[in-house]
Order: sequence, then structure tokens, then C-alpha cells
Amino acid sequence: MSQAVTAEREAGAIAAEARGGMVDGISDFFFAHPKLLTLILLLPPLLWIGVVYVGSLFALLLQSFYSLDDYSGLIVHEFTLSTYAQLLETANLQIILRTVLMSAFVTLACAVVAFPIAYYASRYARGWAKALFYLAVMMPLWSSYLVKIYAWKLILAKEGIVTWLAKGLHLSWLLDGILALPVVGGPSLSFSYIGTFLVFVYVWIPYMILPIQAALERVPANYIEASADLGAEPRQTFWTVIFPLALPGIIAGSIFTFSLTLGDYIVPTIVGNSRLMIGQAVYTLQGTAGNVPLAAAFTVVPMVIMAIYLWMAKRMGAFDVL
Amino acid sequence: MSPAVRFVNVCRHFGPVRAVDGVTLDIAEGEFFAMLGPSGSGKTTCLRLIAGFEQPSAGHIEIFGETAEGVPPYKRNLNTVFQDYALFPHMTVGENVAYGLRIKGVPKAEREAKARKALAMVKLAGYEQRRPAQLSGGQRQRVALARALVNGPKVLLLDEPLGALDLKLREQMQEELKALQKQLGITFVFVTHDQGEALSMADRVAVFNEGKIIQVDSPAHIYEKPQSRFVADFVGSSNVLPPDFASSHGCAAKWTSLRPERIAVAAPGTAVSNAHSYADGEVKLISYQGAVTRYSVQAGDRRIAAEVPAGAEFKEGDKVRLVWPKSAMVAMEEGA
Repeated sequence: MSQAVTAEREAGAIAAEARGGMVDGISDFFFAHPKLLTLILLLPPLLWIGVVYVGSLFALLLQSFYSLDDYSGLIVHEFTLSTYAQLLETANLQIILRTVLMSAFVTLACAVVAFPIAYYASRYARGWAKALFYLAVMMPLWSSYLVKIYAWKLILAKEGIVTWLAKGLHLSWLLDGILALPVVGGPSLSFSYIGTFLVFVYVWIPYMILPIQAALERVPANYIEASADLGAEPRQTFWTVIFPLALPGIIAGSIFTFSLTLGDYIVPTIVGNSRLMIGQAVYTLQGTAGNVPLAAAFTVVPMVIMAIYLWMAKRMGAFDVL
Repeated sequence: MSPAVRFVNVCRHFGPVRAVDGVTLDIAEGEFFAMLGPSGSGKTTCLRLIAGFEQPSAGHIEIFGETAEGVPPYKRNLNTVFQDYALFPHMTVGENVAYGLRIKGVPKAEREAKARKALAMVKLAGYEQRRPAQLSGGQRQRVALARALVNGPKVLLLDEPLGALDLKLREQMQEELKALQKQLGITFVFVTHDQGEALSMADRVAVFNEGKIIQVDSPAHIYEKPQSRFVADFVGSSNVLPPDFASSHGCAAKWTSLRPERIAVAAPGTAVSNAHSYADGEVKLISYQGAVTRYSVQAGDRRIAAEVPAGAEFKEGDKVRLVWPKSAMVAMEEGA
């Protein structure tokens, strides 16, 4: 009997060794062929990016070279640039210009507001203050985007808290004055470009703060000391050392805020006047109008604008330090 | 004439930590002054107090007779070579060196010419267009030096500038720094934890421990006449002998320092003259260190280290007699 047990044990040991041997063999094989392992690991994400992402983008691009037959409302599957020519019509150009200007102002405002916050967080905040900073920046991202925008609509509405506060502070004249401004004004803040702008700045600002903070975090304190040591006043140190080193972060943040504003259609639909932005135009064209080619052409516009923007940033040396 | 730097009872506290604790110090103009001490001894904080990156919690600092408290770094006529050089990564080497002049508003052509000259002085002519990231550690160190010196400071502060370099380069830079200081005739204040560096370069050395200056002296005095056990231990290695041992070997009954290299290792029973003292013991450990061989000898209840020029005559376990001149025993003021 004891013999049988021993034999069983032996068999178990051999099996375990064989299993170990196979796993060992696989890991040895990958150790000898590291490129193969990298390929296997990269295959799923590459397929995702290649087929699902780039593939659909390509399909979209293809659509933009088709056109819509005005009489039948059917898509003509023949190569044409006429859809792109339509983009140059005044109404469409106005949509593009409006969107680009809005995106530019939103980006600028985000950068100006975000920089001091990011600077404080990276240079001075420690311990609980830093935790609080992250919480304050990230928490708005956890709640629904729609809820926040509707909340803003209420804040900015004619019967909202802003109007009430202005009245309480005897500043109604100021609010009325702002609303009476041409173009940016309107019947109330929630029906004006100012309102759209404010909400955009609010929803995108975390995307500006975090990259700037990351960039500033990488600027060692002794660069600032070295600059002071060489005779630079704080203002000079800011413009010659801190700002250039934070620039990649500002550019990264502006890519987010700029492109997110370029493509958004919910904010201007809920808060703003009825003039369309690119996102809304795409939404309407591919939906009710059924003009997928023009919608596709419209979506190409932000891509081209972003490409030009990045190219200019690179030429200005924004990525030299990376 | 007022000294280049004067500290009067200066303290710098960080919360409960007394980084600098009552330092009084005069650094003469044109002096090569070293601040030596273990990490956390307050030497770097002292340097930062001179540069203006820190303000004293108490006490008084003068730079060339002028009160330094409340004067920001950018208004002080001195420059710093930082430990990790702190070269600006977004500027070329030439722009880095010309930075101080650019801030002062020196015209472009003039500051470029001066930067070229400063780079030539540190043997980096032709490196103007490179980026700091493209340079080796030694080259960056030279750029940092040129960037500081191009402004013509009256005092140059160096914070462990050779710490990141390998041994050969460090020895070479030590000689060059010394030569540069002689040539320029400006005051160098040098912070280091490397006693060899401090002894070989400085005119005077201040030994720091726990925020206090333990001893300020010439390198020879620091090494040969340490006034305290800490200095004897920290600067080089030393046999620190208790008062009873000292008195039984022909010295005053005080804590006494005896440098290992002053001790000869001889065969047991070797005759000893009146001017010498000895101890018998057994070799416990021999460590070969190239130029010297170090013996660790158990003499009674005490271990004594002796260093002799290369070549081991004895083996571990041999009985030996340690012999040293009585004059090599240095009585110290402070026991602990």
C-alpha cells in the first residue's frame, strides 16, 4: 500500500514538473523573443485603434467626399469636392468662425484662470491642501455633465441667482449693461454668448489645470532660485523660466479645451442663443436633414484646425523641452 | 576692511529643527573658504543664507559690510553654482551663460561675446549652441561655473559642485577651481561633505555639526590639531583615545586623537625611544588599500588602527608592537 502511495506521489510530482516545465518553456520562449511578446500585448489595442477608430474615421472622411442630391435627398456615392465647397457658403463659414472664436476665447480664459491654481497646487500645496486641490478639480468631473449644464442654466437665467445677486448688490445696471452689449449680450445670460462662454470655461477647466500642474510639478525649485541668483526679479523669472517650461502643459491643456469646445453641441444647445456651433450643425445635418456628407465635412474642420494649431505650436518651440 | 561675509550668531529654524544654530563667522575677501560637515549639519543652509534663499530666524548677516537680511537674492552681488547645476533646459548653453547679463539688459552682441569668453575660460569654447541635456556631468558643471562667473560676482557660492562627478574628473576640477580662484581673486565659499576636497582646496575650513560650527581653522590645523572628538573622527580617520590611555602613554589626561598613519607596526619587543610611545597587541584585520595597508590591532580592550605604506609584513593573528611619536598624540578640548 505504501508503495502505491509513493508511486502516486511520484506521478503527481512528475505532472507538476511537466506543468512547471510548460509554463517555464513559454516564459523562456518569450524571454528569447521579446519583440513577439510586445506584438502580442499590442495586438488588441492596435486592432482597436486601427479598425474601430481609424477605420471609422476613414469612413467618415470618405462620406465627406460624397454629396447630397438636393431633389431626391439621397446620397450620391461619387467623388466630389462640392460638399467642401458648401462649407464656404456664408452661413456655414459663420458657424465655423463662431465656433473657432468661442473655442479660442474659452481656451484663453481657461489658461488664465487655471495657471494660478495649477501654480499654487504644484509649488505650495502640501498634504491635505494638495488632496483638497485634487478633490476640487476632479469632483466636478464625477458628476453628470448634463446636470451641471442645467444647473448653470438656472444660475444664469433671468430669474436666476446672478440676477438676484446683482439686484441685492445694486449692480443691476452693470448686468443690464453687459447684456446690452452687441453680439455677446442677449435677453439674459443664459441666452447669450457670455453664458455659453462661462459654461464652457467651467466644464473644461479641469482639463487645463491638470496638464499645467503636471508641467509645473516638473520644474525644480532650484531653477527659480538659479534665476533669482542670476539677478532676475520674480516677474522676469516667470516669463523667462517658469512660463516657457510650463508651455508644454498649457499647450496640452489648450488642445483639450480647444478641441472639446470645437466639437461640443450640448452646451450651446442648452445655454446660449440659437446660433449654431459646429457640433450643433453636425448634429442637425446628420439627423433631421439627413445630409451626412456635409456633416462629415463639418467634422473635418476641427481636425484641420487642430492640425494647424499643433503645427504652429511646434514651430513656436512649445515642445522643445519635452 | 569689512569681511566678505559676516555671520553674527545666526540661527535658522525650520519648525522644531535648528538647521543653523548660533553660527558666528567671518569670511575674508579673496578667501577660499570651505564649509565641511555631514549631511544635515547646516552647511548648505548657511550657504543659502548667504545667497538669500533663506532668511535667518535670528542673528545678523553682513555681506561686504552691508546688512543682508531682507535683501532678496536678485539684489545680492554674488552667484551660486548649484549642486545639480540647475541649468535651464529650454535654453542653449550660450543662453544659459548669458542669462544673468540678459536680465541686466546687456546688449545681445556684448553678452554673447562675454558668454563666449566665460565658456572659453572653463574650456568649453564652441559649445554655445548645445543644449544642457547634450552635455556630460563634468561639462554641465563647467557651464554652471561659467554662468555664475560671467556676472563678475564678488563672492562665488558653490554647493557641493563636484558631488556628481567621478573621481578622476573631481580631482581635475579641484585643481581647476583652485587655479580659477587664484586667477580671479574673488571669494569662494564652498560647501562639501568630502573632507579630502575641503582640505585640498580651501584656505580655511569650517567644520559643521548639528547646526553649529565645531572648528574653523586652516586645513593643516583641522587635520593635525583637531580640537574635538567630532573633528578628529569626521576629518580623516582617527584613533580617539580616552584620558586614562593618554595619561598612561605620556600625555595629559584628556581625550586624545592619534592618526593611524603616525603609527608604525613593528615586531613584538622592538626597542622604543623616550620620544615614542607604544602598545602591544594582536593583528585582527588587514585591509589593503592600494597606497597604504591598514591594520586593525587589538591592544588590551581597545582597537587601534594603523596605516603603513603598502606591503603587509604581518598576517592576521600576529603579535605586533604599535609605536608612535608622543608628539602625534593631540589632546582635544572636548571629550564627548
